[in-house]
Amino acid sequence: MYAIKVRQFRKRYGDLEAVRGIQFEVEPGELFGIIGPDGAGKTTLLRALCTLLLPDDGEILINGLNTRHHVADIRQIIGYMPQRFSLYQDLTVEQNLNFFADLFQVPEDERRARLEQLYRFSRLGPFKKRAAGALSGGMKQKLALSCALIHTPDILILDEPTFGVDPVSRQEFWDILRDIQRQGTTIVVSTAYMEEADLCDRVMLFHQGRILALDQPSALKAQYRFPLYRIEADHLPEMQTYFAGLSGVRFIQRFGDSLHVSFTREPGDDLWQTARDQGLQRFERIAPSIEDIFMDLTTREEHESVEH
Amino acid sequence: MNISVQTRNLTRRFGRFTAVDRVTLDVYEGEIFGFLGANGAGKTTLIRMLTGLLKPTEGEAQVAGFDVWGQSEAIKRRIGYMSQRFSLYEDLTAEENLTFYGGIYGLRRDQIEQRKAILFEHVGLQPFAGQMTRDLPLGFKQRLALACALLHDPPIVFLDEPTSGVDPKARRSFWNLIYQTAQLGKTLFVTTHFMDEAEYCHRVGIMHMGRMIAVGPPGQLKRQYDKSTMQEVFIALHQSSEEAA
Repeated sequence: MYAIKVRQFRKRYGDLEAVRGIQFEVEPGELFGIIGPDGAGKTTLLRALCTLLLPDDGEILINGLNTRHHVADIRQIIGYMPQRFSLYQDLTVEQNLNFFADLFQVPEDERRARLEQLYRFSRLGPFKKRAAGALSGGMKQKLALSCALIHTPDILILDEPTFGVDPVSRQEFWDILRDIQRQGTTIVVSTAYMEEADLCDRVMLFHQGRILALDQPSALKAQYRFPLYRIEADHLPEMQTYFAGLSGVRFIQRFGDSLHVSFTREPGDDLWQTARDQGLQRFERIAPSIEDIFMDLTTREEHESVEH
Repeated sequence: MNISVQTRNLTRRFGRFTAVDRVTLDVYEGEIFGFLGANGAGKTTLIRMLTGLLKPTEGEAQVAGFDVWGQSEAIKRRIGYMSQRFSLYEDLTAEENLTFYGGIYGLRRDQIEQRKAILFEHVGLQPFAGQMTRDLPLGFKQRLALACALLHDPPIVFLDEPTSGVDPKARRSFWNLIYQTAQLGKTLFVTTHFMDEAEYCHRVGIMHMGRMIAVGPPGQLKRQYDKSTMQEVFIALHQSSEEAA
């Protein structure tokens, strides 16, 4: 049985179709990423998975239970960390956890062990007496995560948990997610940061309420058919103009001290030789990033919709 | 190349805590320079000194030719700032937002009109000048926010996570606009938590516990530390600095 099964899910807000009939499954125990820019429909989708809004069309099954009919049961199975989490700023870390334990009716005899486990995961043990409002951004996120885990849910759903979190805390947060996953928990996490796709087992690239692609990050990269090169040159703007004039160049993007050039097929030695005469210093074939793949898929989608 | 921002052993202490510790740095006109660091690394304190909002404890800094010790008002007039969640008025049109900010910067009406025309052209917003800001797609709001930051024609602009959350196409086209802005000779400072955003900078400076622990072009740093991404460079540097401390 799938942990999550989504069939033809559709959601409208007035004229806006936020999610346009999508279909996918999440396997038990996987770390599943929903990757898309602001406005893609990520929050709508996650809220629907948590029974917080009902589909206009289609079905969502959580451990086989339909979100239309089994709200209470599903909420016991799911832990949800919304984008803007309302921690009680003037309660301590420990009081916040106890508050959520009360809310989810965690039995007294299990509570101490659960809290200890969460302190270990979150590394918040030394801060249990500190007011939530006095925690750093990274620690607040870890407390919010702990509150979402208080009732030992099978499935953890996180809406952009690393938004605005610094790179060191972010790395730690992802390490913690891996620890939680190792305990058997299924994790669905959304992010607008493309580079975080590489940290998931499988990712869904999500854009304007539609699924652009769904696969392992490495498989998505393997499907990218176009040779991509990183180029350094004496004068990048001139080099950019030069490559823009060549046939077989799909796109050129400036990246700080270099250019990324994507070709329709592998360029020959003569191309590089001529480019050297134009001031090319160094070139290397690089793997595409998830951002490259996302760009490619959205561009293709636009072309197709123009042709239809 | 002319130096736009120069610091020598720039230091700021708060009581016994040293927020910025002997930072020495030259940044050039036309350069896009990224400041990277964890929370508390000292980025914000450094930027507050460079924008004339905070006096150093020790050391020297010149910004656009003015001294941070005695000429902070002159510095403030030569700085543009674009915040992460752009402070645009949603119920004004794009054009009204620019006029409003022109007033804030104390520009004359004719100056505002002239700058508006130049900036709408520069950021590619002409067709949307009369649209309500709330109806603009995120990518265009971002362009409008940059236009507001450039209104008083500052030589130096600070951008805080300028492209977080926008789709990759809008992001790349916004960076192209930043490159065009740099080509006008403006110096752009970018602060970001996202290392893929750092890849777009000409050079980045990585801060840790108040010190500038590495400075260089992203490509060079990746080669130097033998890593494939800036995130890996950052984490490696951070760990070795923690161990040294």
